[in-house]
Amino acid sequence: MSTRIRERRGQEMALTAMVAVVIALLSLLPVLRLFKEIVAPGGTLSGMAIEAGLKSPATWIATWHTLVVGIGGTLLAVLSGTLVALLITLTDIRGRSALVLCYVMPLMIAPQVTALAWLQLFGPASPFLKLFGAAPPLGTRNPLYSTSGIILLLGVQYGPLVFLLVRAGLRKLPRELVEAARAGGAGWFTVLVTVVLPLMTPSIMAAAALAFVSCVGNFGIPAFLGIPANYLVLPTLIYQRLAGGGPAVLGETAFLSVLIGIIAMAGILAQEVVSRRRDYRISSTSLPAEPYELGRWRPAVQAGMWLLIVAVLFLPLFGLVLTSLVPGYGIALTARTATLDNYRFVLFEHDAASRAFFNSFWLSIAAAFFAVLVAVPIGYLIAWGKQRWVRLLNLSVELPYALPGVVLAIASLLLFLRPIPLTGIQLYNTVWIVLYAYLARFLVLALRPTISGYHQIDRALEEAAQVAGAGLFLRMRTIIFPLVAPAAIAGGLLIFMTALSELTVSALLWSSGSETIGVVMFSFEQGGDSNYSAAMSVITVAVTFVLMLATNLLAPHLPGGVLPWRD
Amino acid sequence: MARLTLDHVTKSFADFDAVKDVSIDVGDGEFLAVLGPSGCGKTTLLRLVAGFEKVTSGEIRIGNKVMSGKGGSVAPEKRRVGIVFQNYALWPHMTVAENIGYSLKVAKLDRAAARQKVEDALALVNLQGLGERRPANLSGGQRQRVALARCLVAAPSLVLFDEPLANLDVHLRASMEDEFAAFHKRTGTTIVYITHDQAEAMALADRIAVMDHGRLAQLATPRQLYHEPANEMVASFISQGILLPADVLSPEQAGHCKVRVLGTELVVRCRTGERPRVGAKICCRAADLEVVPDGPGFDGLVKRVIYQGGSARIEFAPSASPDLTLHFEQPDPVMLERGAQARLRIRSGWLIPATGAAS
Repeated sequence: MSTRIRERRGQEMALTAMVAVVIALLSLLPVLRLFKEIVAPGGTLSGMAIEAGLKSPATWIATWHTLVVGIGGTLLAVLSGTLVALLITLTDIRGRSALVLCYVMPLMIAPQVTALAWLQLFGPASPFLKLFGAAPPLGTRNPLYSTSGIILLLGVQYGPLVFLLVRAGLRKLPRELVEAARAGGAGWFTVLVTVVLPLMTPSIMAAAALAFVSCVGNFGIPAFLGIPANYLVLPTLIYQRLAGGGPAVLGETAFLSVLIGIIAMAGILAQEVVSRRRDYRISSTSLPAEPYELGRWRPAVQAGMWLLIVAVLFLPLFGLVLTSLVPGYGIALTARTATLDNYRFVLFEHDAASRAFFNSFWLSIAAAFFAVLVAVPIGYLIAWGKQRWVRLLNLSVELPYALPGVVLAIASLLLFLRPIPLTGIQLYNTVWIVLYAYLARFLVLALRPTISGYHQIDRALEEAAQVAGAGLFLRMRTIIFPLVAPAAIAGGLLIFMTALSELTVSALLWSSGSETIGVVMFSFEQGGDSNYSAAMSVITVAVTFVLMLATNLLAPHLPGGVLPWRD
Repeated sequence: MARLTLDHVTKSFADFDAVKDVSIDVGDGEFLAVLGPSGCGKTTLLRLVAGFEKVTSGEIRIGNKVMSGKGGSVAPEKRRVGIVFQNYALWPHMTVAENIGYSLKVAKLDRAAARQKVEDALALVNLQGLGERRPANLSGGQRQRVALARCLVAAPSLVLFDEPLANLDVHLRASMEDEFAAFHKRTGTTIVYITHDQAEAMALADRIAVMDHGRLAQLATPRQLYHEPANEMVASFISQGILLPADVLSPEQAGHCKVRVLGTELVVRCRTGERPRVGAKICCRAADLEVVPDGPGFDGLVKRVIYQGGSARIEFAPSASPDLTLHFEQPDPVMLERGAQARLRIRSGWLIPATGAAS
């Protein structure tokens, strides 16, 4: 008889339990609540909601539209993001830091702000076109009110997302792998196709999945560009139904959101399948490859790159700034009409607007901090865990982000409309319900890059610490966290940027006193005050930009790769 | 310092046995090499000892303590085992000194004492003054030394080497081999050394465990493995032994018996108690073959001559059984040429035991 050995798996149990609780609270709970609303609205089992959804032709039209703009936007984002990442990371292009900084900027601009800016740029009231007297006559249809307009803006919006993940992968590419191929007689293009891109498959696939989920769930762009053209995708269809029907149509919208969930899951599963087909792990520590010399092509490539940045960043921002300086709709901007009144109004005269700045800041910071803290252990279990059920974790964390923000908001409302049982704590009508929704929604933004990070770390690094006597928590703190920190913190920064001017969730959850920047901007825009909305957008963008520069000062004290926009 | 006992250890993954019923007893302070072709289960064996994998059945003891067995499994961090990984597994975000001092920090040793130990460990592997470097800025050999120092500093009861020289060049291998040997002599630590390189295993180990398809093929001293292989796998794997079909003609007498090989009779070494049988195999070494002008022996054809500087490797097919290939070396001046006829004599050999069991 052998005696029982004390296994001391306490720390692992604790970790698993903690992760399970977090995921249950943030992912499963709202999703289950939503599910209950479809199959058993009002507490009794019924297929009516599903039946109504399936019968409506609007459902199928919107599903088709969602697929079209989702795939189109993803393709555009992956192509542009990967190309820019390759050019910026692997060549001797000059002004790299500035290029990275500028190319990543659109990510920090909320989709509805992007849509607003581009519409302001090309519409008949465009102060920009009016500068040259080139504005179409009032009443002309804006060319962006179209399928290709939506795809274009989705591509512009999420290209930087792809760029960040692919670039993070490229920076880990050991130079030996490239040099071995070059020594084997491969030219740069062959190296790119046979070595670099195959090794980047996990990063590109992860980026594509993330872009797809974002495109499919995007609300701001199809809302601004699609609704006027009566081109509805699932999120805008849901929004319209809710706006028109109120709580009575909750069941039907829940069904529509499950449809979106299925579409997004399909994208994520495809990514999993592709990434698992081969082993892409890079185990050696090495210096990055020598940059490829563009030679006489360098000026042309540089010019092309800056042209791209002018087109996707400076022109729309410029249009936005012009709009924010105009006193009213359709007025041409001249030295005489230009005014700062819009800024003064949103900053000092409007209570809700100034409150919104404060709220959005702390909400974003809290969400980002929490997500990084939680993504590291969850990623550990998903990437390195031995249990098969853990893979389900990945899917359940994706769920709240795959669902459009509108639907997560509804799920949160359903959950917290009444005080929490036993405690009597009331989240509804407070800022905490917004924070809850942010945590649930954005966790995956930190988790995805973290998991990619884990996949590229050699597990022996952890095992070495284990044989050195370090328990799980100690290994987490001293070995695992520092190794995945660049990926995790990059994810946290993405969360901050996304949450700062987030609209879709808070539009349904805000209450007096807990306004967010997005909500106040949206209400200005809806009231026809594009100029106030533009002024708030400009302030948000400027604040973010200043914050980025300030963070740069800290860069020497941070491990490399933490700040996505820095070299 | 402790002895390591593997007691009928089996490890199965979903549908195949990576390690099958392996029993090994490694003495206190012994240097055991685990040798085998890739996929033979040697790495799984190491991971079982380290505790990264749990045994399916059987028991692993370090000292007198059961580490893995029916009652469960002691976590790797509680086993006081040191590992030198094949790809070093140095933490890129720490300096060399931090890498080495990690286990001391884990054990909450006070700083001054820890620093002293790290210094000592650095000196032991000749890396004085490199403590502040990052692993990325070290050469392969230096990284290997850091990995060694990192594992030493915690004074483990048992050190596991996972093909530590596989990534190093030949010159470095030789000098690291010397260092490992010196390290073993100096510390007297029990060592389990995984490798697929038999020269390395022979040079370093007190005993070698040869593994094949998850089973222990033979556990013996290097000399014994070479001269008295327990089965055909070991015979052909170690130093490219030549296997020849034989019929045993006489029972064993004083460790020898008479056999018929390729139509000629000769006396080979054998285990005690061998009896006459047919369909046996003998193992002979290149050094056991010699070219003779006439007299006892067998004729054949020279198939290939590979000059190796000072001598040539001759591949030879006997006429009695042209499918077989015998190889041997002939020192300069090399007289044989491809296509030539020659007569060979086997001076000696070893009769592979009938059971094929590990001794």
